[in-house]
Amino acid sequence: MSPRNKGVLVSDTAERTAPEELDRVIIRFAGDSGDGMQLTGDRFTSASALLGNDLATLPEFPAEIRAPAGTLAGVSAFQVHISDHDITTPGDAPNVLVAMNPAALRNELPKLEPGGTIIVNVDTFDERNLAKAGYDSNPLVDGSLKGYTVYEVPMTSLTKQACEPLGVKPRDADRSKNFFALGLLSWMYTRPERPTLDWIEAKFGKNELVRDANVAAFKAGHAFGETAELFDHPYEVRPAPQKPGIYTNINGNTAMAWGLVAASQLAKLPLFLGSYPITPASDILHELSKHKNFGVRTLQAEDEIAGIGAALGAAYGGHLGCTTTSGPGVALKAETIGLAISLELPLLIIDIQRGGPSTGLPTKTEQADLLLAMYGHHGESPLPIVAAYSPSHCFFAAIEAARIALKYRTPVMVLSDGYLANGAEPWLLPDVSTLPDISVEFATTPNHVDDDGKEVFWPYLRDPETLARPWAVPGTPGLMHRIGGIEKADGSGNISYDPDNHERMVRLRAAKVAGIAKDIPPVEVTGDVADADLLVVGWGSTWGAISGAVDRVRARGRRIAQAHLVHLNPFPSDLGDVLRRYPKVLCPEMNLGQLSKLLRAEYLVDVRSVSKVKGVPFTAGELETAILETLDD
Amino acid sequence: MTDTSVPTTTRKDWASDQEVRWCPGCGDYSILAAVQLLMPELGVRRENTVFVSGIGCAARFPYYMNTYGLHGIHGRAPAIATGLAMARPDLDVWVVGGDGDMLSIGGNHLIHALRRNVNIKILMFNNQIYGLTKGQYSPTSEVGKVTKSTPFGSLDTPFNPISVALGAEATFVARTHDMDRQHMMETFRRAHEHKGAAFIEIYQNCNVFNDGAFESITAKSNRDDMLIPLEHGQPIRFGKEREKGVMLGTDGRLHLVEVAEVGEDRILVHDEKNDRGLGFMLSRLSHGPHEPTPIGVFRAVEHPEYVEETDRQLLAAQSQKGPGDLRALLHSGATWTVE
Repeated sequence: MSPRNKGVLVSDTAERTAPEELDRVIIRFAGDSGDGMQLTGDRFTSASALLGNDLATLPEFPAEIRAPAGTLAGVSAFQVHISDHDITTPGDAPNVLVAMNPAALRNELPKLEPGGTIIVNVDTFDERNLAKAGYDSNPLVDGSLKGYTVYEVPMTSLTKQACEPLGVKPRDADRSKNFFALGLLSWMYTRPERPTLDWIEAKFGKNELVRDANVAAFKAGHAFGETAELFDHPYEVRPAPQKPGIYTNINGNTAMAWGLVAASQLAKLPLFLGSYPITPASDILHELSKHKNFGVRTLQAEDEIAGIGAALGAAYGGHLGCTTTSGPGVALKAETIGLAISLELPLLIIDIQRGGPSTGLPTKTEQADLLLAMYGHHGESPLPIVAAYSPSHCFFAAIEAARIALKYRTPVMVLSDGYLANGAEPWLLPDVSTLPDISVEFATTPNHVDDDGKEVFWPYLRDPETLARPWAVPGTPGLMHRIGGIEKADGSGNISYDPDNHERMVRLRAAKVAGIAKDIPPVEVTGDVADADLLVVGWGSTWGAISGAVDRVRARGRRIAQAHLVHLNPFPSDLGDVLRRYPKVLCPEMNLGQLSKLLRAEYLVDVRSVSKVKGVPFTAGELETAILETLDD
Repeated sequence: MTDTSVPTTTRKDWASDQEVRWCPGCGDYSILAAVQLLMPELGVRRENTVFVSGIGCAARFPYYMNTYGLHGIHGRAPAIATGLAMARPDLDVWVVGGDGDMLSIGGNHLIHALRRNVNIKILMFNNQIYGLTKGQYSPTSEVGKVTKSTPFGSLDTPFNPISVALGAEATFVARTHDMDRQHMMETFRRAHEHKGAAFIEIYQNCNVFNDGAFESITAKSNRDDMLIPLEHGQPIRFGKEREKGVMLGTDGRLHLVEVAEVGEDRILVHDEKNDRGLGFMLSRLSHGPHEPTPIGVFRAVEHPEYVEETDRQLLAAQSQKGPGDLRALLHSGATWTVE
């Protein structure tokens, strides 16, 4: 079959061979931001998840609400990697590019693997759209796509044809063409149709015409794949061998929201979220706002400062207080974080990192807020940091952060990023009964006898083990006390300007946070633990790409080990020993080397940094190269 | 059965063991005394009472009350108090701050707390100056104010705090002053009884950096002619013999008039519940404390209270869906089973 074949419907079904089995495939859907590409990718992913594939996704969309249609600035893309084995990244280079218009083709083609497959909506390749995309000549005819397998499918006109009998106006039918593409790809990769049709019914059931148009487009796409003499045969990606259990497909922001709900249940405290909308964190606010039956109170505050202020007020009142934001919001919250450190109240600050500085790349991912989290507040202000490393891990990171916050009476920063927030993966649902009990007890009785022999309550008298202060909530008789941001006298909590007291309090707060190291697991090293020539150490969302790269390098027979940090302040107690155990240490980060800087300063180990600050995650291939270069250096 | 009656307290019970450290002669002392005297009368429990503040001289207030207290950060007290009130509707939450704290750095939080109608009582001490930072002009200072930061006179138009609060849809707005304990106590009591956000501007003298700012209207000798008492349902009259009054002119404006000249019938009757802007017009009667100034409750209307509404949604969700089930939540998306 010629790759230049035009998509022509034939009257009877051509005889086809059985599906060809693939171990994995990476598909990138790209179109105008009005084309519904995120939805298309998301639905394809869901169907694949239900089929039992392992998968990882990378949604990429422009920051503009709607750039002019057909322009390069308006291209929205969704990459999904499906596989019959365990995978950790959305894949290096896509094997298949679905381009809904010339701009999408022009923008995304450089990412496609050499010789990859291109499926274009040929209807959009007119003079106007080609000009908008900056093409001097039509790439479909000028030979510039030589070497790729190109399928030209008239998606718009076929969708219109399919919708016509329903009485759908051509302009409205045009909006269903993404479902045509989805139908076509669903046939091509033997995805089940039922989940998508059910979803359309649930989503558009109330608007029958839209529902019917989408169903018609989806079925037309599917039928087109089956009947057009375009494709030899469909492909199949078998389910990945997975641990038995019940799975769901989850993205990081949903997992984070559910983790917060879980933490509230496990702590037996109501959850309070004070938040101000900001990309890419807003979906946590959206998700939590739905769960009022869990006793979750959400406040969409007037600004970032009010968001954390209200959360701190709720924490003072005995709730699990939480605020969600992204980098610029953390900057605004900095003063209140300082107050929370001084008040020694539990509080969760969740930072879904994005490209910076300033507005930077709001819809793109980066992990450059580590030093902000660590040092971005005035004075000596120790702040525990927990970092999530995969979409589903966000659930556990939220619970772990809450555990630390509640036990040590401290604000805790949780770091996620845009890639984890929007990326999805199958998640083996945990047995709720195995989740930790993180409940706390409020102070109810006086804890000190004053000089006159009177029983009194001292709000800053610490637990000798954890150095945490008692948490006495308003409404408790006999324990009335005043707290505030002015330095506290050790013990009594009264205002104190005594120089020695200030130094003692600074050291006590630091010791309290440092002491959390006794309460977190040692570093988990995988790979050639005993005799590696190189250790790759990372944190956050780079876990998938690092793991993929480590597997590839080890497959080449090289000896390397991997450690991925969840606790970034304090570090696990044995981290120094682990780093010193290996001749070379490499630290890949989506910043200019923030963790490597901390590790060098803390442990005097020559940690080498690999950086990428492009708003897109590392690929395993990039890191494979970096690791090999470091090994051979 | 637990004893639900509120124990009898005295002013002393409401004073903390902390030494009060305002400048001698500061108006804050009399406001503190008014609050401490009022509390035993309100029939509330000390442990259920919380004072939240920002930064500034006024913001030291919580340390001096033997209740729960949180001395926060500059301007953010209304936000912190909002979270506390939402988490704990059982508490009596008061917010204390100055004109810089509330109208400058915290202006945003103030207007949003008011428009949400969160059940918090906001006491704004207005001395038209920055005291704690030692004497810069404030958002309520008059134009031309000479201070360390404005040696040639300030250029900023001052806020009229009552107009700001009314513009922010506050459901309870009042003004009182530190030279009249009874009036303060009565105003605070009204605020406490109000369901929702209450905003009280208290003219307060800073005898170090802005001494006598309100003297021309609050000094005993001047009050009769310069303070216009607002009483719901009563004609708005003032003067030693109540010989002066406020009239709504045919030009749609308020005028200060001699009652005898226009006749008693023409004097405006104060209506706290008037929702067509009369309260706002009253707030515009004076521009600075050198001319006759209304004092008392400008507006007191009933409006859904934010925390009650929040909890109403919560309870509705719980009665509809039942209490949250974590396992059900985790399984609420599309799931599949691997054998």
